[in-house]
Amino acid sequence: MDLFVLTLAIPLVSGLALAAAGERAWAPNLNLIASLGTFLASALLTAEIVAAGPRFAFGEMFFIDSLNVFFVALTAFVGLTTSIFSGPYMRNEREHGRLTAARLRLYKSMFQLFMFTMLAALTTNNLGILWVAMEAATLTTVLLVSLYRTAASLEAAWKYFILCGVGIAQALFGTILLYFAAERVLGETGNALLWTHLVGVKGQLEPTVMALAFVFLLVGYGTKVGLAPLHNWLPDAHAEGPTPVSAVLSGLLLNVALYAILRVKVLADGAIQSGFAGSLMMGFGLLTLTVAAFFLSRQKDIKRMFAYSSIEHMGLITFAFGMGGPVANFAGLLHMTLHSLTKSAIFFAVGHAAQKCGTQVMEDIRGLIKINPVIGWGLMLGTLAILGMPPFGVFASEFMILTHAMKHHPWATPILLTALGVAFAAIFGKVQPMVFGETHLKRLPHAPAITPVFVHLALVLMMGLYIPPYLVRWFHEAARMLG
Amino acid sequence: MSTVVPLSAQLINLFAAVILLLAFAMLAQRRVLPLINLFALQGLTLCLSTLVVAFSTGQAHLYGSAALTLVLKALLLPWILHRLVRKLQVKSDVEGLVNIPTTMLIGIVLVMVAFNVALPISQLASTISRGTLGIALASVMLAFLMMIVRTKAIPQVVGFLAMENGLFLAATSATYGMPMVVELGIALDVLVGAIILGVFFFQIREQFDSLDIRHLEKLKER
Repeated sequence: MDLFVLTLAIPLVSGLALAAAGERAWAPNLNLIASLGTFLASALLTAEIVAAGPRFAFGEMFFIDSLNVFFVALTAFVGLTTSIFSGPYMRNEREHGRLTAARLRLYKSMFQLFMFTMLAALTTNNLGILWVAMEAATLTTVLLVSLYRTAASLEAAWKYFILCGVGIAQALFGTILLYFAAERVLGETGNALLWTHLVGVKGQLEPTVMALAFVFLLVGYGTKVGLAPLHNWLPDAHAEGPTPVSAVLSGLLLNVALYAILRVKVLADGAIQSGFAGSLMMGFGLLTLTVAAFFLSRQKDIKRMFAYSSIEHMGLITFAFGMGGPVANFAGLLHMTLHSLTKSAIFFAVGHAAQKCGTQVMEDIRGLIKINPVIGWGLMLGTLAILGMPPFGVFASEFMILTHAMKHHPWATPILLTALGVAFAAIFGKVQPMVFGETHLKRLPHAPAITPVFVHLALVLMMGLYIPPYLVRWFHEAARMLG
Repeated sequence: MSTVVPLSAQLINLFAAVILLLAFAMLAQRRVLPLINLFALQGLTLCLSTLVVAFSTGQAHLYGSAALTLVLKALLLPWILHRLVRKLQVKSDVEGLVNIPTTMLIGIVLVMVAFNVALPISQLASTISRGTLGIALASVMLAFLMMIVRTKAIPQVVGFLAMENGLFLAATSATYGMPMVVELGIALDVLVGAIILGVFFFQIREQFDSLDIRHLEKLKER
């Protein structure tokens, strides 16, 4: 059977099945098996694309090339580790009486459907369908953010829905403008929104319209990436939703939204023939990075703090892609991968730590190293990795972004260094007492699934010391496509 | 430019003007049920305008979009909202953050901005309905304004849906509508969104005993 069809069909079918079947004893296993199946299918698909080059599916509706297959594999992998993590985590939550069977059913089915919408957004060739899938990704996660039905979680979900809804409406207007520009060149066939057709005629698209379209699309999808000043939904949604949802929102959804911007940027660059799109992204990136870094030190809630850290990294990545060129694009892609892996690992560790201490308030979480050394070390190492300490891979990608900025845009260097320094001081200062402080707490009823944390961190460490040559080739090819 | 404007173009401009007028009426309407009726009326006008464009240009797929608009925006969504209001027993909505005359003045400024932004694009367009692009953008902005100044959940959602109406008008006036598969997808998203919001309202109501979203202002940076 076609591997691509499998990659999309497994999460869709299992999501619907989990919704229909309800919370049974085997439901967590089905969730796990479905995620494993999706991952295997996507890994084989990746191998196929690397060997045989880009291809279409379902006519020209879907298009898989080296750029998006890399995100597909990453998405499926983090989806798999998140379902491994969520098994024991959700059992603990249920035993604490925070969740009921009905809500667990909602969680599992929506999780799989969320994976489906993200994979569809990544692989579609039609920029209109890309919009539809992005909006569907918001819709599947709104009820997950409010899963605990507390006042705070309802507020977070409402904000998430309204802000992302407004954002995505801007993106729709951008898509309409893009279609308008494309129709003048490609004619009134259904092909005018197909990326593969657009990229062939990108030089002929009307520059003024494309510039306006890019602004709307950047602001629209940027809301979902968490770019300032429309980032307000992100810390709330991450802090109030269940931890597995925070992990996939932070590790995956932000990437998918950024991917949408990158696809459009290729077209805008071709049409405008100046650095307009890049400069705009650099500006938004720097603003986001700075705002997030200075908010970090004011946080009291641990998940909220790491949500701001995600915003900070998204700003840095947007800045890198804004600079453009093979080196910066390579660094941006590498940083996206490493951020996904590290941040989801941190959220897994944070989830267990918060569950163990019964709170997300950082001042009340103390001495993790004594209650559970594994979680303690997981959180500490994850924090060091995300802060860009060598030998973890984040160091390599941040170093590449910084040196490239110094060489080509020296004015940005002080801003970058200040923001990264402030972020380091804020996060490290807060995590250190949580891990090494004094405590008197007892163990959890269900042993936590801590393996995913270390699998992710090991990968991040490996990428810092040695990136396999096929991965380098792959990154290079994807970076070249971005121009 | 010729001095004789064909009847169909005049009709399209008339309907677009009605849509803009309805957007202002929604901005001024304080009661919930009339607000929903205005929204339904806007959907109906949108459907009529799409029909005229479809008839005068012979674009067959626009008949499909018109039918979709009629079913979804003039009938189904208003019906869902009516049911919600009845089930939740929402009292009439009598407050806003900004008083109505001020809101209307801001609205007028927004319309001028929208026309200026849309001008370069509509000059490039070759469609019969290009003049309405400014109106489309203006109704998007007015809906956006409504979401900002209202403090109750249902008017905010009506604003959200009205924004989608404006975007739909923009798509028909600039390009004779998006490809059918995209329009179906958008319609599906809007419908699912409305249903999810319905579920969500009951959760908010259960938690706070009210649909005033000023209860939802606890999460802030301190």
